[in-house]
Amino acid sequence: MLTKRIIPCLDVKDGRTVKGVNFVNLRDAGDAVELGALYAEQGADELVYLDITATIDGRSTFIDLVRRVAQTINIPFTVGGGISSIADVSALLHAGADKVSINSAAVRNPDLINELSLEFGSQCIVVAIDTRYIETEDGNEHIVHTHGGRKPTEIRSIPWAKEVEDRGAGEILLTSMDTDGTKNGFALELTATISGNANIPVIASGGAGNMDHFYDVFTTGKADAGLAASIFHFREIGIPDLKEYLNGKNLPMRMTK
Amino acid sequence: MKTVIVKYNAGNVQSVMYAMDRIGASYLYTDDEAEIRSADKVIFPGVGEASTTMNYLRKVGLDKVIPSLKQPVFGTCIGMQLMCRFSEENNTTCMGIFDVDVKRFPATPEMKVPHMGWNNIFDYKSALTAEVADSAYMYFVHSYAAPVCEYTVATCDYVLPFSAMLQKDNFYAAQFHCEISGDSGQKIIENFLKI
Repeated sequence: MLTKRIIPCLDVKDGRTVKGVNFVNLRDAGDAVELGALYAEQGADELVYLDITATIDGRSTFIDLVRRVAQTINIPFTVGGGISSIADVSALLHAGADKVSINSAAVRNPDLINELSLEFGSQCIVVAIDTRYIETEDGNEHIVHTHGGRKPTEIRSIPWAKEVEDRGAGEILLTSMDTDGTKNGFALELTATISGNANIPVIASGGAGNMDHFYDVFTTGKADAGLAASIFHFREIGIPDLKEYLNGKNLPMRMTK
Repeated sequence: MKTVIVKYNAGNVQSVMYAMDRIGASYLYTDDEAEIRSADKVIFPGVGEASTTMNYLRKVGLDKVIPSLKQPVFGTCIGMQLMCRFSEENNTTCMGIFDVDVKRFPATPEMKVPHMGWNNIFDYKSALTAEVADSAYMYFVHSYAAPVCEYTVATCDYVLPFSAMLQKDNFYAAQFHCEISGDSGQKIIENFLKI
């Protein structure tokens, strides 16, 4: 049976994991490759590496990191952050990434989604949608945001999700800026709406605080995968415990031990 | 031992090479017929679309080379589909090593297509699955699949049961991505190299 996926997300700056990480059993707690390898060993189903470096130098450091991750781990991983061209994607896939995630560039130029999926195949093109529920002229709406969720666009999130699928996206990474960082749970209703409309997998992100939040997003939220960062980095939830718990509640999980 | 990874216009071959590096196996990445024919093992991997990849194989003549090989050949993902008779993906005539047609997953309200993620395989009948745990999870990404047939040596279930692995004479194939399917996937590559 196809399983639900648990995906830790690692924010990387200059080749190092930046969101607070507290793993005493790592030789270098900030090493993004070693942390990814540990998560893979613990049963993570996929990894996401987001490059938050802004400089050109950082960019080449990130590609080097992607290469080392691909050499080290034997599960799929997605990379994202600042990707805006076919050349960017080609370099990252060539370094060994399995998928790339695009966000602001897709909003600026939606045709990029079509171009990338034609060039590299839909299976490796993830479109990240950062969304926030805000007041508009037509009342409150779920609106797509760019620049790490800070900058609102004019685009409504629910039809945008359908559009990116029609343009050839292979997967949607949906982050609710309303729930992100709250630890009060994922945005269930929005995730269910977008996943219910979609014929491609939806990764839910933002708001995970406990194991039941994952259960809820896989059932009520209809998500195909659940992504979180700090709760894994701070060891508030262990991946083996989480998968055991969800498996015990009859959700299909890949049990590795 | 000489292992060749076949070079053609399919994507994602890099992760196969890294998997070989992790195992400690050497390989040559080439489309040269003489090199392919002289190899002990041939890996035919890749991600791509059936008609584009098949047209390329025809253009460079690999469509005749691959079916005529006598050493163990292992096709994965689109490699496996191209080794079948026909694919519904843009109605493509393939190499016909396995006498079975690749079909698109039927759409259902509950099941998304592509089939993307980890799914378990079962009914093992191959040397490649030796010492692989029962019902092991493998990583799949595909919208088309070969139905269960006389060559099926491992089965997976999504919408309908389909062939996770095929085998006939010296030809072996897997629909999933061994190279990113954790330790179970790595074991399958190791088993192929040991044949």
